[in-house]
Amino acid sequence: MVIDSQKMHSLAQATAAEEVAGRSLWADARRRFVRNKAAMFGLVLLVIVVMFAGFGNFFAQWSNQEIDFSVMGMVAQEGGPSLANGHYFGTDDLGRDLFARTVQGTQISLAVGVIGSAIAVIVGTLYGATAGYFGGRLDNLMMRAVDILLAIPYMFVLILLLVMYGRSITMLFVGVGLISWLEMSRIVRGQTLTLKGREYIEAARAIGVPAPVIIRRHILPNLIGVVTVFATLLVPNMILTESFISFLGLGVQEPLTSLGALISEGARTIAYGTLWQLAFPLLFFIITLFGFFFVGDGLRDALDPKDR
Amino acid sequence: MLVFILKRLAIAIPTLLLLIVFSFLLMHAAPGGPFTQERQMPPEVLANLNAKYGLDQPLWQQIWSYIWGIVAHFDFGPSFVYKDRSVNDIIAQGFPVTLTYGGVSFLVAVLAGVTLGAVAAVKHNTIIDYFAVGISIGAQVLPNFVMAPILVIVFTLILGWLPGGGWRFNDPSYWIMPVIALSTSYMASIARIMRSSMLEVLNSNHIRTARAKGLPGYRVIIRHALKPALLPVVSYLGPAFVAMITGSVIVDIYFSTGGIGKAFVDSALNRDYAVMMGVTILVGALTIFFNLFVDIIYGWIDPKIRY
Repeated sequence: MVIDSQKMHSLAQATAAEEVAGRSLWADARRRFVRNKAAMFGLVLLVIVVMFAGFGNFFAQWSNQEIDFSVMGMVAQEGGPSLANGHYFGTDDLGRDLFARTVQGTQISLAVGVIGSAIAVIVGTLYGATAGYFGGRLDNLMMRAVDILLAIPYMFVLILLLVMYGRSITMLFVGVGLISWLEMSRIVRGQTLTLKGREYIEAARAIGVPAPVIIRRHILPNLIGVVTVFATLLVPNMILTESFISFLGLGVQEPLTSLGALISEGARTIAYGTLWQLAFPLLFFIITLFGFFFVGDGLRDALDPKDR
Repeated sequence: MLVFILKRLAIAIPTLLLLIVFSFLLMHAAPGGPFTQERQMPPEVLANLNAKYGLDQPLWQQIWSYIWGIVAHFDFGPSFVYKDRSVNDIIAQGFPVTLTYGGVSFLVAVLAGVTLGAVAAVKHNTIIDYFAVGISIGAQVLPNFVMAPILVIVFTLILGWLPGGGWRFNDPSYWIMPVIALSTSYMASIARIMRSSMLEVLNSNHIRTARAKGLPGYRVIIRHALKPALLPVVSYLGPAFVAMITGSVIVDIYFSTGGIGKAFVDSALNRDYAVMMGVTILVGALTIFFNLFVDIIYGWIDPKIRY
């Protein structure tokens, strides 16, 4: 019997190397993420947007509420982007500095996206993990409830809520948070169902660990991958939802503003030749969405290398 | 199969009832009645108005007669703002328009998205693939309320090819821009889903077998790869359909098409609760039955599913 000694040697080496330089799942994922050009590009975009939202106001010459009376009424001729009068992005049709307003809009849009996503993470994860772990009738009941809620045309209900209970940013957060966790809970439940059958869960149960502790100590840490990816991809969706609502004039109200509200203003006044009013908010909107989409896709590829 | 459909219907009907009751309670709990105005009405007038619209009855009776009206006579009641029109009139006016451009957009999104995704997967890692992925990412990031004004500027103001708004059933040139604005981002999503599922199918064993036994390439793709790859797309159709109806709000505002989205926004701004609820319930019912329909199609395509 001839055994290819060279191949055996390389196999031995490979297994040995694996033992010596064993990498954790997370180290592996980080390496794949860093190698992914699109994901790194997205991360750079996100860093730029966050820096802009965080530190943009230090560079602004005007506050977001101040009206520049020297351009008021002649916005189309004098209100364009210029370094001379300090309106880097021009002014809006009332003569307010668009740079400062874009900074503010980016802050609010990011906040809506991140808070909506955070609600989804907390509520969706707990709900899905509970339903998946206990299974049986409770699971059936909880998931039917989610099915029912998913069948409701949420955009219409959100508008209904905003109209009836006043247009405030709190209401917007509540409305966005109410709907965002549904999809998350389904995904978490599916993952929990597969985790439940693993030996370590069985072992934990066998030595008498109570269910809440099993969920907290053994199930939740193993859900981090799925939850992170989904939460990242949820942020741009939340931003899109908010901008849609703001576009209808039901979202963030003056003097606060969001990227969606700014874009809607820009789209309305575009016929007067004030293109910058649409262009700058839209640019930051697109950069933000691109960033989140790319990072989310990159995270998914990094954590699940087979799916490509 | 029949049992499955009946089971799904058994969920669909309570869902619908829940939606009706939920939106009714929401409306009832809202601060300010439908007749709250800046100028105070004499209490006798207010009482008469409340009596006319049945608002003086106890809450459960109001809900019951509302549900009964919908179920028995398909009657959503009178509008609170337009004295001479019922909710049915308003819906009947806008709904055919929404259904027409929504349906066309849906077809365009599905056909173009599936084709784009399939071609991208077959030509994986070529310039065609990159082009298709580029289009789909771009279209997903550009929301339809940005696309609509840009379309108007390009096609109406600059080129002058298409009418900038309005709606005529017999003139498809009025349909083009609403359909583009509505379908693009869903086409992009469908293309992305189709591409990744098609890639997975093309790497699977049965495709290798089909190629190995010498079937021509197009036949392998059309007969053996397309059908299993369509499954994830089918499960996306439900949400896509709902989004088409919701997106009609933007289309109606921009292109003045006068569809149901217009009725909804107008009623939201006028606080015409009856119309808002009517539209919400109608869209909810459509959603539920469309999802049911998609489930049935899913079972028909995928023989692995047993009821």
